[in-house]
Amino acid sequence: MGGKEIGVRSDVFFTFYFLLSTFYFLFSGESMIKKRVVLTFPKEIVEQPITCHLIKDYDLIVNILSAKVNPNEEGRLVVEIGGQREKLAGGMDYLKGLGVSIQPLAQDVRWNEAKCVHCTACIPICPSDTLSVNREQMRVSFDSERCIVCGLCLKACPYQAVEILF
Amino acid sequence: MVKTIAQINERIKKGEVVVVTAEEIIGLVDKKGVKQAAKEVDVVTTATFGPMCSSEVYFNFGHSKPKIKAQKVWLNNVPAHAGLAAVDVFLGATEIPENDPANSIYLGAFKYGGGHIIEELVAGKDIRLKAISYGTDCYPRKELDTWINIEDLNEAVLFNPRNCYQNYNVAVNLSNTVIYTYMGVLQPGLGNANYCSAGQLSPLLNDPLYLTIGMGTRIFLGGGVGYIVWQGTQHNPNVARTDKGIPKSPAGTLAVLGDLKQINPEWLRGVSMTGYGVTLAVGIGVPIPILNEEICQYTAVKDEEIYTQVIDYSEAYPQGKPGSLAEVNYAQLKSGKIIVRNKEVPTGGLSSYAKAREIADILKEWIRKGEFLLTEPVQKLPSVDSKIRLKALKER
Ligand code: SF4
Ligand code: SF4
Repeated sequence: MGGKEIGVRSDVFFTFYFLLSTFYFLFSGESMIKKRVVLTFPKEIVEQPITCHLIKDYDLIVNILSAKVNPNEEGRLVVEIGGQREKLAGGMDYLKGLGVSIQPLAQDVRWNEAKCVHCTACIPICPSDTLSVNREQMRVSFDSERCIVCGLCLKACPYQAVEILF
Repeated sequence: MVKTIAQINERIKKGEVVVVTAEEIIGLVDKKGVKQAAKEVDVVTTATFGPMCSSEVYFNFGHSKPKIKAQKVWLNNVPAHAGLAAVDVFLGATEIPENDPANSIYLGAFKYGGGHIIEELVAGKDIRLKAISYGTDCYPRKELDTWINIEDLNEAVLFNPRNCYQNYNVAVNLSNTVIYTYMGVLQPGLGNANYCSAGQLSPLLNDPLYLTIGMGTRIFLGGGVGYIVWQGTQHNPNVARTDKGIPKSPAGTLAVLGDLKQINPEWLRGVSMTGYGVTLAVGIGVPIPILNEEICQYTAVKDEEIYTQVIDYSEAYPQGKPGSLAEVNYAQLKSGKIIVRNKEVPTGGLSSYAKAREIADILKEWIRKGEFLLTEPVQKLPSVDSKIRLKALKER
Protein backbone atom coordinates (compact mmCIF):
# COMPACT_ATOMS: atom_id res chain seq x y z
CA MET A 1 0.00 0.00 0.00
CA GLY A 2 2.72 2.39 1.02
CA GLY A 3 4.51 1.82 -2.27
CA LYS A 4 1.40 2.73 -4.18
CA GLU A 5 1.01 5.97 -2.28
CA ILE A 6 4.54 7.02 -3.09
CA GLY A 7 3.83 6.14 -6.71
CA VAL A 8 0.85 8.47 -6.81
CA ARG A 9 2.79 11.26 -5.24
CA SER A 10 5.66 10.99 -7.66
CA ASP A 11 3.19 10.99 -10.58
CA VAL A 12 1.70 14.22 -9.34
CA PHE A 13 5.12 15.64 -8.82
CA PHE A 14 6.27 14.81 -12.33
CA THR A 15 3.12 16.16 -13.94
CA PHE A 16 3.61 19.40 -12.06
CA TYR A 17 7.26 19.56 -12.96
CA PHE A 18 6.49 18.85 -16.59
CA LEU A 19 3.88 21.61 -16.80
CA LEU A 20 6.18 24.05 -15.12
CA SER A 21 9.06 23.36 -17.44
CA THR A 22 6.78 23.59 -20.48
CA PHE A 23 5.59 27.02 -19.37
CA TYR A 24 9.16 28.04 -18.76
CA PHE A 25 10.20 27.07 -22.26
CA LEU A 26 7.15 28.66 -23.86
CA PHE A 27 7.33 32.01 -22.16
CA SER A 28 10.89 32.58 -21.14
CA GLY A 29 12.09 33.41 -24.63
CA GLU A 30 15.13 31.33 -23.80
CA SER A 31 13.80 28.12 -25.31
CA MET A 32 15.45 26.38 -28.21
CA ILE A 33 13.10 25.92 -31.10
CA LYS A 34 13.40 24.41 -34.54
CA LYS A 35 11.81 25.44 -37.76
CA ARG A 36 11.81 23.83 -41.18
CA VAL A 37 11.58 26.33 -43.97
CA VAL A 38 12.04 26.66 -47.69
CA LEU A 39 14.21 29.64 -48.55
CA THR A 40 14.06 31.06 -52.05
CA PHE A 41 16.94 33.37 -52.90
CA PRO A 42 16.78 35.96 -55.67
CA LYS A 43 19.54 35.25 -58.17
CA GLU A 44 21.42 38.47 -57.28
CA ILE A 45 22.31 37.20 -53.83
CA VAL A 46 22.89 33.48 -54.28
CA GLU A 47 26.62 33.90 -54.00
CA GLN A 48 26.57 35.69 -50.66
CA PRO A 49 27.56 33.68 -47.57
CA ILE A 50 24.14 34.02 -46.00
CA THR A 51 23.98 30.80 -44.01
CA CYS A 52 27.34 31.67 -42.56
CA HIS A 53 25.90 34.91 -41.14
CA LEU A 54 22.94 33.09 -39.75
CA ILE A 55 25.21 30.78 -37.85
CA LYS A 56 27.72 33.37 -36.63
CA ASP A 57 25.60 36.46 -36.01
CA TYR A 58 22.46 34.82 -34.73
CA ASP A 59 23.88 31.79 -33.02
CA LEU A 60 21.67 29.48 -35.02
CA ILE A 61 22.11 25.85 -35.98
CA VAL A 62 21.44 25.52 -39.67
CA ASN A 63 20.92 22.09 -41.08
CA ILE A 64 20.61 22.06 -44.87
CA LEU A 65 18.15 19.39 -45.94
CA SER A 66 18.19 20.05 -49.64
CA ALA A 67 19.76 22.68 -51.82
CA LYS A 68 19.56 23.91 -55.36
CA VAL A 69 21.94 26.79 -55.81
CA ASN A 70 23.56 27.73 -59.10
CA PRO A 71 25.36 30.98 -59.97
CA ASN A 72 23.00 33.52 -61.56
CA GLU A 73 19.88 31.50 -60.91
CA GLU A 74 17.23 31.69 -58.25
CA GLY A 75 18.32 29.40 -55.42
CA ARG A 76 16.25 27.15 -53.21
CA LEU A 77 17.31 25.81 -49.83
CA VAL A 78 15.33 23.60 -47.55
CA VAL A 79 16.73 24.06 -44.05
CA GLU A 80 16.07 23.22 -40.49
CA ILE A 81 17.01 26.16 -38.31
CA GLY A 82 17.33 25.80 -34.59
CA GLY A 83 18.14 28.34 -31.91
CA GLN A 84 16.71 30.59 -29.25
CA ARG A 85 13.31 32.00 -30.14
CA GLU A 86 14.40 35.64 -30.29
CA LYS A 87 17.56 34.94 -32.22
CA LEU A 88 15.63 32.84 -34.66
CA ALA A 89 13.20 35.68 -35.23
CA GLY A 90 16.17 37.99 -35.76
CA GLY A 91 17.67 35.62 -38.30
CA MET A 92 14.39 35.47 -40.18
CA ASP A 93 14.20 39.27 -40.28
CA TYR A 94 17.75 39.37 -41.60
CA LEU A 95 16.79 36.98 -44.42
CA LYS A 96 13.62 38.92 -45.27
CA GLY A 97 15.70 42.10 -45.41
CA LEU A 98 17.84 40.48 -48.10
CA GLY A 99 14.80 39.65 -50.20
CA VAL A 100 14.78 35.96 -49.35
CA SER A 101 11.31 34.49 -49.34
CA ILE A 102 10.56 32.15 -46.45
CA GLN A 103 7.91 29.48 -46.55
CA PRO A 104 7.22 27.06 -43.77
CA LEU A 105 7.83 23.47 -44.70
CA ALA A 106 4.80 21.86 -43.19
CA GLN A 107 3.35 18.78 -44.79
CA ASP A 108 3.93 19.87 -48.33
CA VAL A 109 4.06 16.23 -49.29
CA ARG A 110 1.06 14.14 -48.38
CA TRP A 111 0.98 10.38 -48.13
CA ASN A 112 -2.40 8.88 -48.81
CA GLU A 113 -2.45 5.79 -46.68
CA ALA A 114 -5.52 4.36 -48.38
CA LYS A 115 -3.77 4.44 -51.73
CA CYS A 116 -0.49 3.00 -50.46
CA VAL A 117 -0.16 -0.73 -51.11
CA HIS A 118 3.08 -1.08 -49.09
CA CYS A 119 5.12 -2.16 -52.09
CA THR A 120 8.28 -0.41 -50.74
CA ALA A 121 9.31 0.99 -54.15
CA CYS A 122 9.79 4.39 -52.50
CA ILE A 123 12.01 3.12 -49.70
CA PRO A 124 15.42 3.21 -51.42
CA ILE A 125 14.43 6.50 -53.11
CA CYS A 126 13.46 8.59 -50.07
CA PRO A 127 16.66 10.26 -48.80
CA SER A 128 15.37 11.21 -45.35
CA ASP A 129 13.64 8.02 -44.17
CA THR A 130 10.34 9.90 -44.19
CA LEU A 131 8.96 6.83 -45.90
CA SER A 132 10.18 3.82 -44.00
CA VAL A 133 9.24 0.21 -43.69
CA ASN A 134 8.61 -2.05 -40.75
CA ARG A 135 10.35 -5.18 -41.99
CA GLU A 136 8.41 -7.51 -39.71
CA GLN A 137 5.10 -6.41 -41.14
CA MET A 138 6.49 -5.24 -44.47
CA ARG A 139 4.29 -2.17 -44.07
CA VAL A 140 5.30 1.36 -44.95
CA SER A 141 4.73 4.48 -42.87
CA PHE A 142 5.28 8.19 -43.40
CA ASP A 143 6.84 10.55 -40.86
CA SER A 144 6.02 14.01 -42.20
CA GLU A 145 8.42 15.64 -39.71
CA ARG A 146 11.37 14.23 -41.62
CA CYS A 147 10.25 15.15 -45.13
CA ILE A 148 12.54 17.52 -47.01
CA VAL A 149 10.13 17.85 -49.95
CA CYS A 150 12.66 16.65 -52.49
CA GLY A 151 9.82 15.22 -54.57
CA LEU A 152 11.65 12.02 -55.48
CA CYS A 153 8.93 9.71 -54.16
CA LEU A 154 6.37 11.27 -56.47
CA LYS A 155 8.02 9.73 -59.50
CA ALA A 156 8.85 6.50 -57.75
CA CYS A 157 5.42 5.63 -56.33
CA PRO A 158 3.48 3.60 -58.90
CA TYR A 159 0.21 3.97 -57.00
CA GLN A 160 0.04 7.78 -56.79
CA ALA A 161 -0.04 7.46 -53.03
CA VAL A 162 2.10 10.56 -52.46
CA GLU A 163 1.20 13.99 -53.68
CA ILE A 164 2.81 17.37 -53.33
CA LEU A 165 0.70 20.30 -52.19
CA PHE A 166 1.76 23.78 -53.18
CA MET B 1 0.08 -40.11 -46.25
CA VAL B 2 -1.73 -39.55 -49.52
CA LYS B 3 -4.93 -37.51 -49.82
CA THR B 4 -7.18 -36.63 -52.71
CA ILE B 5 -8.77 -33.29 -53.53
CA ALA B 6 -12.19 -34.92 -53.13
CA GLN B 7 -11.29 -35.95 -49.56
CA ILE B 8 -10.07 -32.44 -48.77
CA ASN B 9 -13.32 -31.00 -50.12
CA GLU B 10 -15.27 -33.34 -47.86
CA ARG B 11 -13.30 -31.99 -44.91
CA ILE B 12 -13.98 -28.42 -46.04
CA LYS B 13 -17.72 -29.13 -46.16
CA LYS B 14 -17.66 -30.72 -42.71
CA GLY B 15 -15.72 -27.79 -41.30
CA GLU B 16 -12.77 -30.03 -40.39
CA VAL B 17 -10.26 -28.76 -42.89
CA VAL B 18 -6.84 -27.56 -41.70
CA VAL B 19 -5.57 -24.60 -43.71
CA VAL B 20 -2.39 -22.62 -43.17
CA THR B 21 -0.68 -19.95 -45.23
CA ALA B 22 2.56 -20.49 -47.13
CA GLU B 23 4.29 -18.54 -44.34
CA GLU B 24 2.79 -20.61 -41.54
CA ILE B 25 3.65 -23.96 -43.12
CA ILE B 26 7.36 -23.07 -42.90
CA GLY B 27 7.38 -23.07 -39.10
CA LEU B 28 5.12 -26.10 -38.94
CA VAL B 29 7.43 -28.22 -41.11
CA ASP B 30 10.45 -26.94 -39.14
CA LYS B 31 8.82 -27.94 -35.87
CA LYS B 32 7.02 -31.16 -36.67
CA GLY B 33 8.80 -32.46 -39.73
CA VAL B 34 7.33 -32.80 -43.18
CA LYS B 35 5.71 -36.18 -42.51
CA GLN B 36 3.60 -34.93 -39.63
CA ALA B 37 2.86 -31.58 -41.28
CA ALA B 38 1.63 -33.32 -44.44
CA LYS B 39 -0.64 -35.47 -42.31
CA GLU B 40 -2.10 -32.53 -40.37
CA VAL B 41 -2.45 -29.88 -43.06
CA ASP B 42 -4.92 -30.12 -45.94
CA VAL B 43 -4.39 -26.85 -47.76
CA VAL B 44 -1.66 -24.18 -47.97
CA THR B 45 -2.72 -20.78 -49.27
CA THR B 46 -0.31 -18.75 -51.41
CA ALA B 47 -0.70 -15.24 -52.76
CA THR B 48 0.80 -12.32 -54.61
CA PHE B 49 -0.10 -8.69 -55.28
CA GLY B 50 1.79 -6.68 -57.84
CA PRO B 51 1.79 -4.94 -61.20
CA MET B 52 0.83 -7.49 -63.82
CA CYS B 53 0.94 -6.26 -67.38
CA SER B 54 -0.90 -8.52 -69.74
CA SER B 55 -4.15 -7.88 -67.90
CA GLU B 56 -7.34 -6.78 -69.56
CA VAL B 57 -11.09 -6.76 -69.28
CA TYR B 58 -13.64 -7.60 -71.88
CA PHE B 59 -17.29 -6.78 -71.64
CA ASN B 60 -20.53 -6.60 -73.58
CA PHE B 61 -22.20 -3.20 -73.23
CA GLY B 62 -25.56 -4.10 -74.79
CA HIS B 63 -27.24 -2.84 -77.92
CA SER B 64 -28.27 0.77 -78.35
CA LYS B 65 -31.32 1.86 -80.35
CA PRO B 66 -30.72 2.05 -83.23
CA LYS B 67 -27.96 -0.53 -83.12
CA ILE B 68 -24.28 0.06 -83.83
CA LYS B 69 -21.50 -2.30 -84.83
CA ALA B 70 -18.79 -0.57 -82.83
CA GLN B 71 -15.69 -0.39 -84.95
CA LYS B 72 -13.55 1.89 -82.82
CA VAL B 73 -14.22 2.47 -79.14
CA TRP B 74 -12.84 4.83 -76.49
CA LEU B 75 -13.41 4.53 -72.75
CA ASN B 76 -12.72 7.83 -70.96
CA ASN B 77 -10.76 8.74 -74.07
CA VAL B 78 -8.58 5.62 -73.83
CA PRO B 79 -8.75 3.46 -76.95
CA ALA B 80 -10.24 0.00 -76.47
CA HIS B 81 -10.35 -2.83 -78.97
CA ALA B 82 -13.69 -3.46 -80.66
CA GLY B 83 -12.63 -5.62 -83.56
CA LEU B 84 -14.26 -8.78 -82.32
CA ALA B 85 -18.03 -8.32 -82.64
CA ALA B 86 -20.63 -5.52 -82.49
CA VAL B 87 -20.81 -4.49 -78.84
CA ASP B 88 -18.04 -6.57 -77.24
CA VAL B 89 -15.00 -4.58 -76.14
CA PHE B 90 -11.50 -5.45 -74.94
CA LEU B 91 -9.58 -2.94 -72.82
CA GLY B 92 -5.91 -3.57 -72.12
CA ALA B 93 -4.27 -2.47 -68.86
CA THR B 94 -1.37 -0.70 -70.58
CA GLU B 95 -3.42 1.38 -73.02
CA ILE B 96 -2.88 5.15 -72.64
CA PRO B 97 -5.28 8.01 -73.50
CA GLU B 98 -5.62 9.26 -77.05
CA ASN B 99 -3.24 12.23 -77.46
CA ASP B 100 -1.30 11.43 -74.28
CA PRO B 101 2.10 13.02 -74.96
CA ALA B 102 3.64 9.81 -73.54
CA ASN B 103 7.41 10.21 -73.50
CA SER B 104 7.49 12.76 -76.34
CA ILE B 105 7.38 15.35 -73.58
CA TYR B 106 10.02 13.71 -71.44
CA LEU B 107 9.40 12.53 -68.73
CA GLY B 108 5.97 11.00 -69.35
CA ALA B 109 3.93 10.89 -66.14
CA PHE B 110 1.40 8.27 -67.28
CA LYS B 111 -1.09 9.16 -64.58
CA TYR B 112 -4.05 7.50 -66.26
CA GLY B 113 -4.82 4.67 -68.64
CA GLY B 114 -6.35 1.24 -69.09
CA GLY B 115 -5.39 -0.04 -65.65
CA HIS B 116 -7.02 2.98 -63.98
CA ILE B 117 -10.21 2.59 -66.00
CA ILE B 118 -10.41 -1.05 -64.92
CA GLU B 119 -10.01 0.07 -61.30
CA GLU B 120 -12.73 2.73 -61.75
CA LEU B 121 -15.10 0.30 -63.45
CA VAL B 122 -14.69 -2.12 -60.55
CA ALA B 123 -15.24 0.73 -58.07
CA GLY B 124 -18.63 1.36 -59.71
CA LYS B 125 -17.75 4.66 -61.37
CA ASP B 126 -19.42 5.71 -64.61
CA ILE B 127 -17.16 5.51 -67.64
CA ARG B 128 -17.69 7.48 -70.84
CA LEU B 129 -18.02 5.28 -73.90
CA LYS B 130 -17.60 6.62 -77.39
CA ALA B 131 -17.90 4.48 -80.48
CA ILE B 132 -17.81 5.06 -84.20
CA SER B 133 -18.76 2.81 -87.07
CA TYR B 134 -19.26 2.71 -90.82
CA GLY B 135 -22.92 1.60 -90.58
CA THR B 136 -24.55 -1.48 -92.05
CA ASP B 137 -28.10 -2.43 -92.94
CA CYS B 138 -28.47 -4.32 -89.64
CA TYR B 139 -26.40 -1.88 -87.56
CA PRO B 140 -27.14 1.53 -89.10
CA ARG B 141 -25.78 3.77 -86.33
CA LYS B 142 -22.46 5.49 -86.94
CA GLU B 143 -21.77 7.25 -83.66
CA LEU B 144 -22.41 6.57 -80.03
CA ASP B 145 -21.46 8.74 -77.04
CA THR B 146 -22.78 7.66 -73.67
CA TRP B 147 -21.92 6.51 -70.15
CA ILE B 148 -21.59 2.94 -68.94
CA ASN B 149 -21.47 1.41 -65.49
CA ILE B 150 -20.33 -2.08 -64.53
CA GLU B 151 -23.79 -2.85 -63.17
CA ASP B 152 -25.40 -2.37 -66.55
CA LEU B 153 -22.89 -4.40 -68.54
CA ASN B 154 -24.07 -7.84 -69.64
CA GLU B 155 -20.79 -9.55 -68.91
CA ALA B 156 -17.60 -8.04 -67.58
CA VAL B 157 -14.64 -10.36 -67.33
CA LEU B 158 -11.09 -9.89 -66.13
CA PHE B 159 -8.78 -11.89 -68.35
CA ASN B 160 -5.05 -11.91 -67.78
CA PRO B 161 -3.01 -13.79 -70.36
CA ARG B 162 0.15 -13.60 -68.25
CA ASN B 163 0.09 -13.16 -64.45
CA CYS B 164 1.76 -14.55 -61.40
CA TYR B 165 5.31 -14.82 -62.70
CA GLN B 166 7.22 -17.60 -61.02
CA ASN B 167 10.16 -15.52 -59.82
CA TYR B 168 11.38 -12.31 -61.43
CA ASN B 169 14.52 -10.29 -62.13
CA VAL B 170 15.97 -7.73 -59.77
CA ALA B 171 16.47 -4.53 -61.76
CA VAL B 172 19.44 -2.19 -61.31
CA ASN B 173 21.02 0.62 -63.29
CA LEU B 174 24.74 0.61 -64.07
CA SER B 175 24.66 3.80 -66.16
CA ASN B 176 25.28 7.28 -64.82
CA THR B 177 21.78 8.70 -65.37
CA VAL B 178 18.42 7.87 -63.80
CA ILE B 179 16.37 5.46 -65.87
CA TYR B 180 12.61 4.95 -65.78
CA THR B 181 11.51 1.38 -66.38
CA TYR B 182 8.62 -1.00 -65.83
CA MET B 183 10.64 -2.03 -62.77
CA GLY B 184 10.36 1.50 -61.41
CA VAL B 185 12.78 4.40 -61.09
CA LEU B 186 16.35 3.13 -61.09
CA GLN B 187 18.99 5.46 -59.71
CA PRO B 188 22.38 5.60 -61.48
CA GLY B 189 25.44 3.66 -60.42
CA LEU B 190 23.57 0.87 -58.61
CA GLY B 191 21.58 3.42 -56.60
CA ASN B 192 18.76 1.01 -55.89
CA ALA B 193 17.59 -2.49 -56.77
CA ASN B 194 13.92 -3.26 -57.42
CA TYR B 195 12.40 -6.72 -57.17
CA CYS B 196 8.91 -8.02 -57.87
CA SER B 197 7.83 -11.26 -56.24
CA ALA B 198 6.20 -12.31 -52.99
CA GLY B 199 8.96 -14.94 -52.62
CA GLN B 200 7.95 -17.60 -50.13
CA LEU B 201 4.26 -16.61 -50.42
CA SER B 202 4.18 -16.57 -54.22
CA PRO B 203 1.93 -19.24 -55.79
CA LEU B 204 4.24 -20.84 -58.33
CA LEU B 205 7.25 -20.77 -56.02
CA ASN B 206 5.29 -23.03 -53.65
CA ASP B 207 4.49 -25.52 -56.39
CA PRO B 208 7.62 -25.15 -58.51
CA LEU B 209 6.99 -28.14 -60.76
CA TYR B 210 3.25 -27.47 -61.16
CA LEU B 211 2.13 -30.67 -59.42
CA THR B 212 -1.20 -29.21 -58.26
CA ILE B 213 -1.68 -25.83 -59.98
CA GLY B 214 -3.10 -26.29 -63.45
CA MET B 215 -5.90 -25.49 -65.87
CA GLY B 216 -9.15 -25.25 -63.95
CA THR B 217 -7.63 -24.44 -60.55
CA ARG B 218 -10.05 -22.20 -58.68
CA ILE B 219 -8.35 -19.12 -57.22
CA PHE B 220 -8.84 -15.82 -55.38
CA LEU B 221 -8.78 -13.23 -58.14
CA GLY B 222 -8.97 -9.59 -57.08
CA GLY B 223 -11.31 -10.36 -54.19
CA GLY B 224 -13.60 -12.60 -56.24
CA VAL B 225 -13.39 -16.16 -57.48
CA GLY B 226 -11.48 -16.85 -60.67
CA TYR B 227 -9.83 -19.70 -62.50
CA ILE B 228 -6.52 -20.58 -64.06
CA VAL B 229 -7.38 -21.14 -67.70
CA TRP B 230 -4.04 -21.82 -69.36
CA GLN B 231 -0.33 -21.37 -68.91
CA GLY B 232 0.50 -17.69 -69.25
CA THR B 233 2.35 -16.26 -72.21
CA GLN B 234 6.14 -16.58 -71.94
CA HIS B 235 5.64 -19.63 -69.68
CA ASN B 236 9.18 -20.93 -69.51
CA PRO B 237 9.63 -23.93 -67.20
CA ASN B 238 13.05 -24.95 -68.51
CA VAL B 239 15.29 -22.45 -66.74
CA ALA B 240 18.09 -23.19 -64.28
CA ARG B 241 16.69 -24.40 -60.95
CA THR B 242 18.06 -25.06 -57.47
CA ASP B 243 18.39 -28.65 -56.32
CA LYS B 244 14.97 -28.18 -54.70
CA GLY B 245 13.44 -27.35 -58.06
CA ILE B 246 13.06 -23.61 -57.52
CA PRO B 247 13.69 -21.61 -60.71
CA LYS B 248 16.49 -19.07 -60.38
CA SER B 249 15.06 -16.65 -62.93
CA PRO B 250 11.60 -15.85 -64.37
CA ALA B 251 9.95 -19.16 -65.31
CA GLY B 252 6.31 -20.27 -65.25
CA THR B 253 3.32 -17.96 -65.67
CA LEU B 254 -0.47 -18.29 -65.46
CA ALA B 255 -3.38 -17.11 -67.58
CA VAL B 256 -6.29 -16.33 -65.26
CA LEU B 257 -9.89 -15.31 -65.73
CA GLY B 258 -12.71 -14.20 -63.45
CA ASP B 259 -15.92 -12.22 -63.13
CA LEU B 260 -15.05 -8.50 -62.94
CA LYS B 261 -18.30 -7.85 -61.10
CA GLN B 262 -17.07 -9.84 -58.08
CA ILE B 263 -13.80 -7.95 -57.92
CA ASN B 264 -12.94 -5.36 -55.27
CA PRO B 265 -10.74 -2.33 -56.05
CA GLU B 266 -8.74 -3.13 -52.93
CA TRP B 267 -7.18 -5.98 -54.92
CA LEU B 268 -7.10 -4.45 -58.37
CA ARG B 269 -5.27 -1.14 -58.79
CA GLY B 270 -4.25 1.07 -61.67
CA VAL B 271 -0.48 1.56 -61.76
CA SER B 272 1.53 4.50 -63.13
CA MET B 273 5.16 3.96 -63.95
CA THR B 274 6.83 7.32 -64.57
CA GLY B 275 8.52 7.34 -67.97
CA TYR B 276 7.21 3.89 -68.82
CA GLY B 277 3.43 3.69 -68.88
CA VAL B 278 0.40 2.38 -67.05
CA THR B 279 -0.61 -1.07 -66.00
CA LEU B 280 -2.70 -2.93 -63.45
CA ALA B 281 -1.79 -4.43 -60.08
CA VAL B 282 -3.64 -7.65 -59.42
CA GLY B 283 -4.08 -9.66 -56.23
CA ILE B 284 -4.16 -13.42 -56.69
CA GLY B 285 -4.41 -16.22 -54.15
CA VAL B 286 -3.92 -19.87 -55.06
CA PRO B 287 -4.69 -22.82 -52.76
CA ILE B 288 -2.33 -25.77 -52.80
CA PRO B 289 -3.86 -29.08 -51.68
CA ILE B 290 -1.38 -31.03 -49.56
CA LEU B 291 -1.86 -34.38 -51.26
CA ASN B 292 1.44 -35.88 -50.14
CA GLU B 293 4.74 -35.13 -48.40
CA GLU B 294 6.50 -34.00 -51.55
CA ILE B 295 3.92 -31.25 -52.14
CA CYS B 296 4.10 -30.29 -48.47
CA GLN B 297 7.87 -30.00 -48.70
CA TYR B 298 7.60 -27.66 -51.67
CA THR B 299 5.19 -25.35 -49.84
CA ALA B 300 7.66 -25.04 -46.96
CA VAL B 301 10.09 -23.13 -49.18
CA LYS B 302 11.70 -20.12 -47.45
CA ASP B 303 12.82 -16.76 -48.80
CA GLU B 304 16.47 -17.69 -48.26
CA GLU B 305 16.06 -20.68 -50.58
CA ILE B 306 14.63 -18.67 -53.47
CA TYR B 307 17.31 -17.11 -55.66
CA THR B 308 17.04 -14.66 -58.50
CA GLN B 309 19.26 -12.68 -60.86
CA VAL B 310 20.27 -9.03 -60.68
CA ILE B 311 20.01 -7.57 -64.17
CA ASP B 312 21.24 -4.23 -65.53
CA TYR B 313 18.25 -2.41 -67.04
CA SER B 314 20.35 0.37 -68.56
CA GLU B 315 22.09 -1.86 -71.08
CA ALA B 316 21.82 -5.66 -70.75
CA TYR B 317 18.03 -5.84 -70.49
CA PRO B 318 17.03 -3.37 -73.23
CA GLN B 319 19.65 -4.72 -75.61
CA GLY B 320 18.73 -8.32 -74.91
CA LYS B 321 22.22 -9.21 -73.73
CA PRO B 322 22.62 -12.13 -71.34
CA GLY B 323 24.37 -11.72 -68.03
CA SER B 324 23.53 -11.52 -64.37
CA LEU B 325 25.40 -9.15 -62.08
CA ALA B 326 24.68 -11.20 -58.98
CA GLU B 327 22.50 -13.96 -57.63
CA VAL B 328 20.57 -12.97 -54.50
CA ASN B 329 17.80 -14.50 -52.42
CA TYR B 330 14.53 -13.05 -51.19
CA ALA B 331 15.59 -12.93 -47.57
CA GLN B 332 18.36 -10.55 -48.65
CA LEU B 333 16.02 -8.56 -50.88
CA LYS B 334 13.46 -8.16 -48.10
CA SER B 335 16.13 -7.14 -45.57
CA GLY B 336 16.44 -3.87 -47.50
CA LYS B 337 19.88 -4.29 -49.02
CA ILE B 338 21.84 -6.59 -51.27
CA ILE B 339 25.46 -6.63 -52.38
CA VAL B 340 26.20 -6.12 -56.07
CA ARG B 341 29.76 -5.68 -57.29
CA ASN B 342 30.93 -5.16 -53.71
CA LYS B 343 28.48 -2.32 -53.26
CA GLU B 344 25.63 -2.29 -50.77
CA VAL B 345 22.50 -1.50 -52.76
CA PRO B 346 19.18 -0.58 -51.09
CA THR B 347 16.21 -2.60 -52.32
CA GLY B 348 12.62 -1.69 -53.09
CA GLY B 349 9.69 -3.87 -54.01
CA LEU B 350 7.02 -3.52 -56.63
CA SER B 351 5.04 -6.47 -55.41
CA SER B 352 3.43 -5.90 -52.00
CA TYR B 353 4.29 -8.57 -49.45
CA ALA B 354 1.86 -7.04 -46.95
CA LYS B 355 -1.02 -7.40 -49.40
CA ALA B 356 0.02 -10.91 -50.40
CA ARG B 357 -0.15 -11.83 -46.73
CA GLU B 358 -3.65 -10.40 -46.42
CA ILE B 359 -4.81 -12.34 -49.48
CA ALA B 360 -3.35 -15.62 -48.20
CA ASP B 361 -5.26 -15.03 -44.95
CA ILE B 362 -8.53 -14.22 -46.71
CA LEU B 363 -8.33 -17.32 -48.87
CA LYS B 364 -7.57 -19.35 -45.76
CA GLU B 365 -10.73 -17.98 -44.14
CA TRP B 366 -12.85 -18.69 -47.21
CA ILE B 367 -11.72 -22.31 -47.19
CA ARG B 368 -12.10 -22.69 -43.43
CA LYS B 369 -15.63 -21.35 -43.53
CA GLY B 370 -16.54 -23.75 -46.32
CA GLU B 371 -17.12 -20.96 -48.84
CA PHE B 372 -14.41 -22.08 -51.25
CA LEU B 373 -13.92 -25.62 -52.51
CA LEU B 374 -10.83 -26.80 -54.33
CA THR B 375 -10.93 -27.99 -57.92
CA GLU B 376 -9.09 -30.79 -59.65
CA PRO B 377 -7.04 -29.33 -62.51
CA VAL B 378 -8.33 -30.64 -65.81
CA GLN B 379 -4.90 -30.40 -67.39
CA LYS B 380 -1.41 -29.79 -66.02
CA LEU B 381 0.77 -26.83 -66.90
CA PRO B 382 3.71 -27.73 -69.15
CA SER B 383 6.60 -28.52 -66.82
CA VAL B 384 10.31 -29.30 -67.05
CA ASP B 385 9.64 -32.36 -69.18
CA SER B 386 8.02 -30.20 -71.89
CA LYS B 387 9.97 -29.03 -74.90
CA ILE B 388 9.11 -25.38 -74.23
CA ARG B 389 11.93 -22.88 -74.81
CA LEU B 390 11.28 -19.14 -74.63
CA LYS B 391 12.11 -17.73 -78.06
CA ALA B 392 13.27 -14.26 -78.95
CA LEU B 393 12.01 -12.71 -82.18
CA LYS B 394 13.95 -13.41 -85.36
CA GLU B 395 13.59 -10.30 -87.48
CA ARG B 396 13.27 -10.93 -91.19
S1 SF4 C 1 9.53 14.30 -50.79
FE1 SF4 C 1 9.24 12.08 -50.71
S2 SF4 C 1 11.27 11.24 -51.13
FE2 SF4 C 1 11.58 13.39 -50.57
S3 SF4 C 1 11.92 13.34 -48.36
FE3 SF4 C 1 9.73 13.68 -48.63
S4 SF4 C 1 8.87 11.63 -48.56
FE4 SF4 C 1 11.07 11.36 -48.90
S1 SF4 D 1 5.84 3.45 -53.47
FE1 SF4 D 1 3.83 4.34 -53.01
S2 SF4 D 1 2.47 2.59 -52.74
FE2 SF4 D 1 4.56 1.81 -52.63
S3 SF4 D 1 5.03 1.83 -50.45
FE3 SF4 D 1 5.75 3.77 -51.26
S4 SF4 D 1 4.05 5.20 -50.96
FE4 SF4 D 1 3.22 3.13 -50.71
